[in-house]
Parts: sequence; C-alpha cells; structure tokens
Amino acid sequence: MNTAASTDAFAMQGVRKSFRHFQLEGLNLQLPLGQIMGLVGPNGAGKSTTIRLLMGLIAPEAGSIEVLGHPMQEDAAAAKRDVAFVSDDMSLFSTATLAWHMRFVASIYPDWDEVYARQLLKRFNLRTDQWVGKLSRGEHVKSMLLLALARRPRLLVLDEPTSGLDPVARHELLTELMQIVRDDARSILFSSHNTVDVERISDQIAFIDRGRLVDARDKESFLDRWRRLSIDVPSGVTLPQLSDVVDLSLGERLATLTTDNYLPQLHAQLERTGAQVREVQRMSLEEIFVACVMRSRAGEPS
Amino acid sequence: MFISQTDPRPLYLQVKDQIRHRIAVGELKSGEEIPSIRALAASIRVSVITIKRAYLELEHEGVIQTRQGRGSFVSDNVELGDSMKEQELDQHLEAAAHAAAMLNLSEEELAARLLKVSRKVTKRRP
Repeated sequence: MNTAASTDAFAMQGVRKSFRHFQLEGLNLQLPLGQIMGLVGPNGAGKSTTIRLLMGLIAPEAGSIEVLGHPMQEDAAAAKRDVAFVSDDMSLFSTATLAWHMRFVASIYPDWDEVYARQLLKRFNLRTDQWVGKLSRGEHVKSMLLLALARRPRLLVLDEPTSGLDPVARHELLTELMQIVRDDARSILFSSHNTVDVERISDQIAFIDRGRLVDARDKESFLDRWRRLSIDVPSGVTLPQLSDVVDLSLGERLATLTTDNYLPQLHAQLERTGAQVREVQRMSLEEIFVACVMRSRAGEPS
Repeated sequence: MFISQTDPRPLYLQVKDQIRHRIAVGELKSGEEIPSIRALAASIRVSVITIKRAYLELEHEGVIQTRQGRGSFVSDNVELGDSMKEQELDQHLEAAAHAAAMLNLSEEELAARLLKVSRKVTKRRP
C-alpha cells in the first residue's frame, strides 16, 4: 500500500448511511496529517456515526473512506494497526486489572511504549492493581486513554474524551494530545461538546447537525470570519441590504448584526446610510456553532 | 508564556503580543532562537495552526525570521527592543483613541486627559 503518498490522516467522500430514524448524507471530510480536528455537534447529530464509519465499525451505503492511505472497505486491518480509538460506550474487562490490560494491548501492538505508559499512569493518577470494574467512571476513561496513547498510534480518534473527566484530568489529557502533534505525522480526531477545548487545541473544526456537515474549515478562518456588530440606527435611517448576514435583530434605535464573512468595507456600507457602528465583537466558537446550527435548521424543510 | 481563555483577544494575538513583549523587555534578544511552532504549541497547549499564524504575522512584520529547516529567530536588529516598546505604546494609544471616540471626546480633551494621567504617573515615580 502506498501510505507514504497520502497526505491525509483520513478522507471521507460522499459518505451516506441511513438508519430508521436518522440519515447521514453526502459527508465529505478530511484531515491533513499532523493536525487535530474537533468534531462538534448536538446530541444525535451524527458525530458518533461519523466516527464509527471512519473506524470501519459500520459500512457506508455510498461513498469512500480512506484512513492513513488505506481504503477502509478493502483494507481495514492495515489501517487499524496504526489507529487507536476510544469511545464513551466502550468498556474494559471488569474482572481484570489495568496491569492485565496493559500486557494484553502490548502483546497485540508492537509499537506499545511501556516507558510512556508508566509516565501516563503517574500523570493520570491511576493504579494498575485494581479490578477495572471497581474504578470510577473518570478512572475508567483515563485507563482507556492510557491504553490508546501508549500504543503511539498515527491516528488517534476520541469520541467525547473529556466528558466524565475532572478538570485536572482534562488538563492532563489536553497536554498529552498536544504532545502527540509535536510529531507532524501524527493526527487526532476528537468529538466534543466542550467548545472551549475544541477552540483551544483544534487546527480544523467540523460542525455537524442532523446528519449533515454544516461547516468545516481551519479554525483560524472560522474565528476570523464571524463578527457581531452593534449598530446605532438613528430615526429615519434604514439599514441597507447586506450579504453574508446570518442574523439581524432590530430594535428601535439599535441593531445587532451577525455576519459570517466580516470585511472592513461593511462599516462604510452601513455608515453611508447614517447608521453608526458602535462595537465590533469577535465570537467564541460556541456562539459561532449555535448561530451556524440555527441558520442551517432555518433553511431546512420542517 | 501564558494563554488566557477569558482574554478577549484571540489566541493568535495573545501569542504575538507576548513574543513582542518578551523582545521589548529584553528576555528574547536579537538573533536568539525561539521555539519551533510545534514545540510552542505543545508547551502552551494551543493548536499548531494558531502558533503558525502568529509566527507568520511576526515574520511579515519583521520581528522574527524563519530559516527553512533551521528554526525561527528574533530578527537581527539592535534597535528592536526600543522600537518594539514604541509599537506597544502605539497600540495602547490607539485603544485610548478608540475609547475617546466612543465617548465623543474632542482631540483636545483626549490630549488634556493624557497629560493629566502622565503627570500623575511621573509624580508617583519620580
């Protein structure tokens, strides 16, 4: 296989999958090597389905999926050697210890890094001699993360990795994730509700809602394009027709305008009519996400 | 370096400002190597793309230089420390001018206020 030629950690093209009450449609998503992608969406949006398709756990009805240069339909085994996946709904053997799990994973994956595993034990504050079934939820999640990280995978896929972690463990996890991409050939895909984490460490961001990819681009251009403007509108002044307006709420003398393609010319356009731009605010990823989803839903047939 | 999530400035600007500041106070010197993009991203836990943007802009502004395969360095310019401080001052003054415009202050009123503040500070620190 020509993995060396591939510059994407994964690429999904025109992927479709339908269930009785849910459909994932025409999904195109790719992640360049060496980058982190944050997948954001409400519950039931299709994040886990996307990840399960990518991991070859379910097969698409249409479209193609490549992971680390390997087509998932024909060559899943080759891809899986270098991919580690941790999900909320996975569990370890409850009547075995973490030490047993570490030996088990090490025996399957030749790249297992025992020294790193020992470091992670300390950082995650875990013990190896307890039955996994006796661990708290947070300890269980941390154990699974340890088993995945110490394999030194080329692609790490995490479904809601920070849910159930306390703030200290979350901090440790984000630190480990950033250490991974010191190597520009390693990549991470993670889904999260926590937009603060996503905003901080992701290079690429993808928004999913109701089985559709609402928007996906690099984080810097995401944050750069969106602005909220407070505008004074004196009596008798009518705001001009503007493009790229996502939301406009008009009061008697004040208007708040949200745009997804902010350009400095906007000020001149508004002020020509006699309106006055009082404040321009950047938006957090969470605000952008909500605005994106509202717009996408407004455009859907109900 | 420390990145704050409650700071209203975007992350890439915080990174830029802190590197500028380090040069301004002499903690980073002309010609000195600065961390690679990925090393800095890992140490402050901020995405690679954010650090890349900060470095690119600092490069365009002549503050740092990146030599292919050898890393990034503070530009060779002895005056850099002072001019950096001046640029920092200009940024603060610009912010003050914006605030004054929002209050509809005239230029004279703004200048008078600056003078008053400046005298207060010099009195405190002779």
